[in-house]
Amino acid sequence: MAAGVAAWLPFARAAAIGWMPVANLPMPVAPAEKNKRQDELIVLNVSGRRFQTWRNTLDRYPDTLLGSSEKEFFYNEDTKEYFFDRDPDVFRSVLNFYRTGKLHYPRYECISSYDEELAFFGIVPEIIGDCCYEEYKDRKRENAERLMDDQEDNKDAKLPNMTFRETMWRAFENPHTSTMALVFYYVTGFFIAVSVITNVVETVPCGTVPNQKEVPCGERYTVAFFCMDTACVMIFTVEYLMRLYAAPNRYRFMRSVMSIIDVVAILPYYIGLVMTDNEDVSGAFVTLRVFRVFRIFKFSRHSQGLRILGYTLKSCASELGFLLFSLTMAIIIFATVMFYAEKGSSSSKFTSIPASFWYTIVTMTTLGYGDMVPKTIAGKIFGSICSLSGVLVIALPVPVIVSNFSRIYHQNQRADKRRAQKMQKARLARIRLSKTGSSSAFLHSKRNGLFNEVLELTQLPYKMNLSNQGNTEEEKRLSKSTSLIESQHHHLLHCLEKTTNHEFVDEQYYQQSYLEAGLQNYPSRSPSLSSQEGVTGTCCTRRSKKRHSPLPNASAPAHMQPLTHTHTHQQGLQELSAIHIQPLSTSRSSLNMRIDEPAPLNCQSSQITTAIISIPTPPVTTPEGDAHLPAGPAHQNIVKVSAL
Amino acid sequence: MESKRVETVSARVDAAAAVSSTDSVEDELELSAVRHRPEGLEQLEAQTRFSRKELQILYRGFKNECPSGVVNEDTFKDIYAQFFPQGDASTYAHFLFNAFDTDHNGSVSFEDFVMGLSILLRGTVQEKLIWAFNLYDINKDGYITKEEMLDIMKAIYDMMGKCTYPVLKEETPRQHVEVFFQKMDKNKDGVVTIDEFIDCCQNDENIMRSMHLFENVL
Repeated sequence: MAAGVAAWLPFARAAAIGWMPVANLPMPVAPAEKNKRQDELIVLNVSGRRFQTWRNTLDRYPDTLLGSSEKEFFYNEDTKEYFFDRDPDVFRSVLNFYRTGKLHYPRYECISSYDEELAFFGIVPEIIGDCCYEEYKDRKRENAERLMDDQEDNKDAKLPNMTFRETMWRAFENPHTSTMALVFYYVTGFFIAVSVITNVVETVPCGTVPNQKEVPCGERYTVAFFCMDTACVMIFTVEYLMRLYAAPNRYRFMRSVMSIIDVVAILPYYIGLVMTDNEDVSGAFVTLRVFRVFRIFKFSRHSQGLRILGYTLKSCASELGFLLFSLTMAIIIFATVMFYAEKGSSSSKFTSIPASFWYTIVTMTTLGYGDMVPKTIAGKIFGSICSLSGVLVIALPVPVIVSNFSRIYHQNQRADKRRAQKMQKARLARIRLSKTGSSSAFLHSKRNGLFNEVLELTQLPYKMNLSNQGNTEEEKRLSKSTSLIESQHHHLLHCLEKTTNHEFVDEQYYQQSYLEAGLQNYPSRSPSLSSQEGVTGTCCTRRSKKRHSPLPNASAPAHMQPLTHTHTHQQGLQELSAIHIQPLSTSRSSLNMRIDEPAPLNCQSSQITTAIISIPTPPVTTPEGDAHLPAGPAHQNIVKVSAL
Repeated sequence: MESKRVETVSARVDAAAAVSSTDSVEDELELSAVRHRPEGLEQLEAQTRFSRKELQILYRGFKNECPSGVVNEDTFKDIYAQFFPQGDASTYAHFLFNAFDTDHNGSVSFEDFVMGLSILLRGTVQEKLIWAFNLYDINKDGYITKEEMLDIMKAIYDMMGKCTYPVLKEETPRQHVEVFFQKMDKNKDGVVTIDEFIDCCQNDENIMRSMHLFENVL
């Protein structure tokens, strides 16, 4: 129960007087307040700082350290105060929780120290109020990630029984795991660099053969470059094949970007090998050489940044596409305008609209090569407008990419938050559980505390104000498990049960009984309900002769008998489930008919209900045994009517 | 009888508005933060049957939950619902609210609260029965009709919720009302007057006993 609400319990109990006149059953005994002391101030000394509060404030949460008797361990007899050797700053939040019912997380506090304090004082962090919960969870997640990073280094530790293939794959993916992997990593990196430089240097003109123009180095030192190329490609091929072998899922590996880059990097060489003799396709062969530059992308295995950039561009694709589209529109517009503006002038370079595209692009990107310039006045005016608008338009892509980058970054955050949301649901479930805990606590205490209550009743005459001496023993038994507030709350729920003559049960029992209500029951020793209409759902009470709808004729056996209170405890605690009687007017055929029908049965037609059998060991007991019929020899007139 | 000193913060708002400009939204919010201070402790002591200490304890609990000093119906329903997690206590809380809100101004101040509690906890049986009658008499016309009683009964049964044993049926409240009227309505005119009610309750041992149930609550 929430904190402040506990203060309203007296009000709720007082308001229960409103039920009394309509109740037909006697009310249960109120739990007497054992040595009811006046509300007193207690002093909590936390590392020297003294906090004072009412004792009742702390009693609101009996399942925490301060609310239970556990704090007595910290009681200092000499100074008559409770001393805790803990952090006083965090204790402020803890104590405020008792006062206001809300737990707040101070932002300046370290998350782990806060958690420790909460654990010490027995407070579940899930109760943190919504105002501070996000912050708390974020900090906790950061902390956990930091711990996880530390642990991840250990994660790469070699598992004992890894096959050679798995070892290889691990070596490829995490180069720092073993020396061999590191060597391999650097060797491949070196050869990628060599290959790229070779491609570049190939085209540099180095020296002139006397009677020819400058030749690029590639043609001068053909053999050397060919050997270099061969070596690189061999290394790359071997690497690719090894990766292919080691990959856990080869098909997926072959489809991955990196492997495609690998293939594209080495394929031209092999194609070139195959096609050397054919002169016609040598032009195509030259083109293929261009693809060798893709080897540079192999560096992305070595560089995390490249990968992120690639991923960013990939995810920015739609925005960049739209940007390109708007740019294209602008280009077309300006090109058209410039073309028609410059159409009149002589020797104008603006020969067609597509020709003007080049001018527009160069002007808008503020390049201004100067190979095409407008000559007419109109052309110059529109040209200046073009360049000014170009400045604006070029400024557009930058925020797009930036925003996309931050979006990708936040996507990662959101994935974490989604994980946190699942924990949020779990949190809400826990809070709900603690709330329903109060109702389940009631059901639980019903089952446990009942013997005590019944003994109370049986030993003393039925008086509301029990004398103190009379019930101290029972009190002790009762109050062992529940605090005073809880027992008072339970008493309130008891009174409601008595008023309505129904009991609280838990969900599962309810389902079960609801299902059983649809079936006819058998004279076995099992509780079952009647689902039929007619009588209200409970057994007779002591004096409620009026409750039952017309009792069946004498031939129909079961009917209630008013009991006296003293009778009850002779029989001990027995319970009868609901007994419902209906005039046994239906014929056997209708009985058979009834069996097929599932719950809920309609009330209109007269039906057979089956009488319930008394149960020696009650699954759900009620405090007032007198309210229920004990089975026993004294009640022969209770008949187990089978519906069959 | 009661002299409520309702202190709005409009004066403060005006002063503040002169100094700084606040939104109209903020103005509305501040104006709605009505604060209510109850009468002095001595007066309440005289009017109710609680001792000083008891009033102090009551007020501290009251103020904790309702810092503004008054309870409106929604807060009332929330508070009452916390005690009955399995069912829906809002209807009964509504009736209860009307019973406590004796001057029918839509909010229960501490005086209303304490007066009601004084009757319920420290009053004579007669007073308690009159209070109960007022609770049942929804339209306060001096008669409890079957419809009123049915509403009350349904509200009470709603608090039980769904998971009950035996299973709650549709006409259980109605039957309960029938039983009630059979008992209370002596002249069988279909309504229960306060005299019939008090007479009948005083003759019923159960009810008499249960009236003393909560005497030691505070």
